[in-house]
Amino acid sequence: MLAIVDYKAGNLTSVERAVRHLGASCRITDDPGEVDRAERIIFPGVGAAAASMENLHRLGLDKALGRAVHQGKPVLGICVGCQIIFEHSEEGQTPCLGLIPGKVKRFDSSLLTKEQKPIKVPHMGWNQVTWRKSHPVFKGLQNQDQFYFVHSYYPVPQDPEHVLGTTEYGLTFASAVAKGSLAAVQFHAEKSGRAGLVILSNFLSWDGKEV
Amino acid sequence: MLSKRIIPCLDVRDGKLTKGIKFKGNVDIGDPVEMAKFYYDQGADELVFYDITASSDHRNIMLEVVEKVAGTIFIPFSVGGGIRNLEDMRAVLLAGAEKISVNSAAVKTPEIISQGANAFGNQCVVLGMDVLKVPVSATIPSGYEVVIHGGRKPMGLDALAWAKRGQELGAGEICLNSIDADGTKEGYELELTSLISRAVEIPVIASGGAGRPEHLAEVLTKGSADAALIASMTHYGEYTVKQIKDHLHGAGIAIRRFW
Repeated sequence: MLAIVDYKAGNLTSVERAVRHLGASCRITDDPGEVDRAERIIFPGVGAAAASMENLHRLGLDKALGRAVHQGKPVLGICVGCQIIFEHSEEGQTPCLGLIPGKVKRFDSSLLTKEQKPIKVPHMGWNQVTWRKSHPVFKGLQNQDQFYFVHSYYPVPQDPEHVLGTTEYGLTFASAVAKGSLAAVQFHAEKSGRAGLVILSNFLSWDGKEV
Repeated sequence: MLSKRIIPCLDVRDGKLTKGIKFKGNVDIGDPVEMAKFYYDQGADELVFYDITASSDHRNIMLEVVEKVAGTIFIPFSVGGGIRNLEDMRAVLLAGAEKISVNSAAVKTPEIISQGANAFGNQCVVLGMDVLKVPVSATIPSGYEVVIHGGRKPMGLDALAWAKRGQELGAGEICLNSIDADGTKEGYELELTSLISRAVEIPVIASGGAGRPEHLAEVLTKGSADAALIASMTHYGEYTVKQIKDHLHGAGIAIRRFW
């Protein structure tokens, strides 16, 4: 069974619908026991880092996620689920899960686009990902594929080894990361049309190994 | 680079498209779910559903439509029309929409924007604005006035000031409709779009007046819009989303071309 972790952050039904569309069964749950029993886990999220971390602690889901990654169980983070896997977020100066070394920073609105106009924050809309390394979860994707982003903060992994894909928005940031059995994307794979469904579909058959 | 978005807009009444949409070969499509799939396959970047259902008894029909659309297409879509309070917003979001658009309700009760943004996040709340060009006055210094009820009721509210206020209250996006340009097919209101888009930091979707791909190119460059709403130019088969995108790409505009 695939568990979609419910820590009261945003609308999880979009992820559920996309997974069902791909023919897999899944369950939205806030029960750490159920996360422990799941074969694979999607860790989505829309919302603020501090409130998200507080809910994860309160529900005991932070430890369950740590156990899953430790055991090599496939885990996919999406959006805020791609941020709070790092050690620290600038959003509310929040200590996070620390599953991948690095931090999360806010887009500085003084950054400029390629046309030298100030960037708008949040970064909202379709943007490209330049794929830096091959990985089973991201196979079959091209650099011209675009994904739907909505976020004001972005991950900064400490080790370039963990950066799988990058995106340009005033600067170059890590939009897809992976370490061990944990893969995560800053964009909404469940709302990124065919290219997003390719990622979810790859994840559904991933054994959690990096090659 | 962030792409400009092309957003077809579908008007729904009691669960059906208000006009059967005719494509080349005269196929008449009245089902919003089929239309959503059609535009998804054509490469639309996002969709807008505007619910013009008059009676609240039929609201749950719209929610069923939203649920079916959400299980069929995997791109963002928003729902507007008749959203009056937090409960309406919650119902639409839970049914699977990404965003809710508030228009008249926000003019009457601006707090609905901040309540929605606090409860669901700024990215969920789109401020819809219907705007009419008027003589510059002390109340309307920009020369653009906000109107509600489909343009029939002027509100004594300056469009520029209202856009800035909407951003402050927490709207994540503005959908800017020019009543003067709407239905003309002679192009978007560039002056208005540029004025608002440069004054706010949130994305602005231009609406009203699209008749040819060149109009989208103009509003996305000179008009500084981040996205463009289209309706009749694709609903009746005159153009496809792909033709519009090919034109925009040819004009050097960043666009999502592979789907």
